[in-house]
Amino acid sequence: MEIGIATIAFLILFPVLVALMLMFVRGDRARSYITVVGALVIACGSIFCATQFLSPETHVYAIDDGVALFIDYAALVIEVGLCLYIFVKGVYYKKPLAVVLAVIQLGLAAYLDLAVAHDVNVANELYIDNFSIIMALIIGIVGSGIIVYGLGYMRVHEAHNDGPDRRPIFFSVMFAFLGAMFAIVFSNALTWMLCAWEITTVCSFALIGYTRTKEAIDNSFLQIVLNLIGGIAFSGALVWIGSFYGVMELDQFIATTLSLAASGMGVITYAPLLLFSLAAFTKAAQMPFQSWLLGAMVAPTPTSALLHSSTMVKAGVFLLIKISPCLGFTIPGFLVMTVGIATFLFCALAAISQPNAKRVLAYSTISNLGLIVACAGVGSDGAIWAAIFLLIFHAVAKSLLFLCVGTAEHHIGSRNIEDMDDLFQRMPRLARLMAIGIMGMFIAPFGMLVSKWAALQSFAQSENVILLMLLVFGSAATFMFWTKWLGKILAIANNDAADVELTVYRSEWASLGLMTVLTVGCCIGFPLISVSVVAPYLQTMFGVASNAIPIGDLWIMAVIALVIAVIFLGFSGSTKKRIAPVYLSGVGVDESARTFRNSFNGVSAATQRNWYMGDIFGEKKMVLIGLVVSLTLIFGSFAFVTQSVAAESETLAGITAARDSYEDSLWEQNDIDFNTYQQYYEYYRQYWEQNKDALRQSMGIESMDDLMDTLFIQMFVQNAASGTQDSGTSGSEGGNQ
Amino acid sequence: MEIFGFSIWSIIGVIAFLVIAPFIGCILAGLDRKITAGMQGRVGPKLLQPWWDFRKLLAKEDATVNGAQDLYVWLYLIFIVLSGMVFFAGGNFLLCVFIQTLGALFFILAGYSSRSPYADLGAERETVQVMSYEPMVLLVAIGMFMATGSFYVADLLSAEMPLVRYLPLIFIGFLYVLTIKLRKSPFDISMAQHAHQEIVRGIVTEFSGRTLALVELSHWYETILFLGWTGMFVVWAGGWVAGVVAVVVALVIWFFEIWIDNNFARFKWETMLRSAWWVALVAGTVNIVYLLFI
Repeated sequence: MEIGIATIAFLILFPVLVALMLMFVRGDRARSYITVVGALVIACGSIFCATQFLSPETHVYAIDDGVALFIDYAALVIEVGLCLYIFVKGVYYKKPLAVVLAVIQLGLAAYLDLAVAHDVNVANELYIDNFSIIMALIIGIVGSGIIVYGLGYMRVHEAHNDGPDRRPIFFSVMFAFLGAMFAIVFSNALTWMLCAWEITTVCSFALIGYTRTKEAIDNSFLQIVLNLIGGIAFSGALVWIGSFYGVMELDQFIATTLSLAASGMGVITYAPLLLFSLAAFTKAAQMPFQSWLLGAMVAPTPTSALLHSSTMVKAGVFLLIKISPCLGFTIPGFLVMTVGIATFLFCALAAISQPNAKRVLAYSTISNLGLIVACAGVGSDGAIWAAIFLLIFHAVAKSLLFLCVGTAEHHIGSRNIEDMDDLFQRMPRLARLMAIGIMGMFIAPFGMLVSKWAALQSFAQSENVILLMLLVFGSAATFMFWTKWLGKILAIANNDAADVELTVYRSEWASLGLMTVLTVGCCIGFPLISVSVVAPYLQTMFGVASNAIPIGDLWIMAVIALVIAVIFLGFSGSTKKRIAPVYLSGVGVDESARTFRNSFNGVSAATQRNWYMGDIFGEKKMVLIGLVVSLTLIFGSFAFVTQSVAAESETLAGITAARDSYEDSLWEQNDIDFNTYQQYYEYYRQYWEQNKDALRQSMGIESMDDLMDTLFIQMFVQNAASGTQDSGTSGSEGGNQ
Repeated sequence: MEIFGFSIWSIIGVIAFLVIAPFIGCILAGLDRKITAGMQGRVGPKLLQPWWDFRKLLAKEDATVNGAQDLYVWLYLIFIVLSGMVFFAGGNFLLCVFIQTLGALFFILAGYSSRSPYADLGAERETVQVMSYEPMVLLVAIGMFMATGSFYVADLLSAEMPLVRYLPLIFIGFLYVLTIKLRKSPFDISMAQHAHQEIVRGIVTEFSGRTLALVELSHWYETILFLGWTGMFVVWAGGWVAGVVAVVVALVIWFFEIWIDNNFARFKWETMLRSAWWVALVAGTVNIVYLLFI
């Protein structure tokens, strides 16, 4: 077996194995041991994959037919199992919508696998390219780090929980999640990808509903309903491309779409692209589907961290970045970029009004994913450069922030930003890490902002006014909500507040340290990552190797990032100067209690709260506008495409006819690809209709199939023998058709 | 001519900014106070009064409200200077903007860190100011890129036409937010000139002695940087004539800002935010669409 297949199989199956083990382990020590070892092995596995396969070209792997067939059926069994699981849960908790959607999904999946995909030949089931390696590193390192963090966090969590200890299920599902994510990023066979896609949906369903409170159950069903819509869209896209293009591979799908678009039949490619986009919107929590990710905040923090940074939502943007060459200035491309940028703006504005730290993080995630989605929609090399880097930096900085908020919550007893006032004194080390995480999200020289700079440049190159205008306002809003949070935690009260971070578990510090190193390290290594990983990938994808930002400017940013990180981690916060009390609009009474003598000679305490600007940027208002915009766009583009596909139904019928005729023809037997065949077929069909009788009498050609075979013999066999160029002309005619 | 890969003009620009900018900034601050006094029918202080104030601050007792504030103020100064160096070296305008924003962030953090009601309020208002002007500043960069195909300031010196020819509305929009960036009335909401107002001295309330001197120095650098941004709109491949035009335009705009400062009362922050965003939205959209048609 090839080493590539072995690596992929290991990365997918090993987490599943760990998951199975953890399901049956009850002891705390044994669980910790297995989790840490499992996480380390997965991280090492993804690093091995990177060192082994990092190269400009795409490695594709064909799997033995028998094994592939077995996996096909296994995938079908898993899908059916998942749908039944949702069905049972839905009946139990009386959620009719989930039940109905599960049944639809079950029917579609069965139809797809048994009636459509069954007849389609898949040449290469798996692949590895630089982008899937980047994803694997994020899943393997960031994802594993979050699970290790979960050990300490869940111990505290369970201590406050009266019900049964369900940690075996929790850790088991977390590991299974990683396995499914690896399957998504390495599968070229789309049915396998769909299966893994559904597994991640159900895993996050289980994780969100973990606490089994009413709120958790409701939110987990919200998640499953919205993501089932995405799953159904994904299956619909596969049915479409399986039936009309006869392909079930990601790379073949992209190639077919591009060649159809190049031959002027772009309109008929819109339907599957729209369906894929819809699936990605649900996964990546884009408006109008953003509510499930906010609901997911009821879950324990490691779950939120995992869903937000390295898995789940990243699957959505991963798919969009993959199909981005087909987007650009098409109807689906326009939909993707506009929904993405609208999500970016309105969720950033909504984040201003949130005092709850986890909700701010959630809105910022959705907003940043919106920017990535918009970049994927633009689909130029610069935009994809920006999208990939946004994805990387978001993964590391956001996981750091979630872990910080989780730890802070356990030690100060609140996830409200107002209660994080003075964190710099109460949890000195954590506050610095949180500060680095926050700065990593929004300010130069950290990666998110530099990537946003590349996004801005690519939007300017695409000359799209809407993208540019929404981007600049969204950026300003981003500055607002991060800065006020950062200011809150860096405030220093000069009272003798107790240091409450001494009881933080070692496993939590280890993960926090890892995420900090990754956040800073990626910023410092930014130029190197660009040159050695991302630019070669873009070279294969677009034929140009570009660093969207001049490499010199990247180095300036890298150096500043290093300086800021060193200062923040290193400075002591003490001073030789005399410490004076602050001015409290009156004579101070007690400095540490912040009380002063007011103008009525009474004693007042000075308090202050951050600004939330509720009447300008209220959450409801922003979400409402976002929903209206995104729903209008989605319905509008679907209506338009339905109409134009109906108008093109003849073309589709033609393609179907061509495909039937292609099967078992000489062309197929001699490995001429279907696209070439189809072009000749289109051209000669008219000729056949007009000269049917003459051809029958003179050459004995009975059908279109015969004509095409004769043509093949004339063009390729006789030509090769005689060496004439006759068919060259007819070939170019056919090509021009 | 090049030294270590940098053109000689870049190096001259950087050194000139580092050395001369604080002096010009100081003199402009003194001039501001003279002109303001004149407009108000007062005699006003001496031209070099800001310089003497600065000297006096350096001699004050070293006291602070916490151990972190000085660090943030130093970072503010360093990044403002670095941003100016990028700009006057003819470097990437967006890089300059982003480093300047980083400096602004540390100024805000210095205010927040004191946890004093007035400095805190000032810091929050300063944040709103950044949010108000940020879209317009980014639109300047976008307009520049779409008009000339480059973010590099040096490329403007070889352009046939000055930028304002392509970006007339963006230039007007920029002037609107320039008032916010210079913290001039009606947008002086984060820090008051005089301590006996409702926000005391806003974000700088808790700075004293050397720290306050550093803030003054940073403001002088900032003034020159922002006037440089103004001048950027009117330079072209016109050699020293272009340079003179840029300086004259920058000074006229500076005088105009002082005139505005003295003729408007402070706005509420809502008014500032709404108006600045509307200006950015209208000026940006119309101007970019105009760029796509020419």
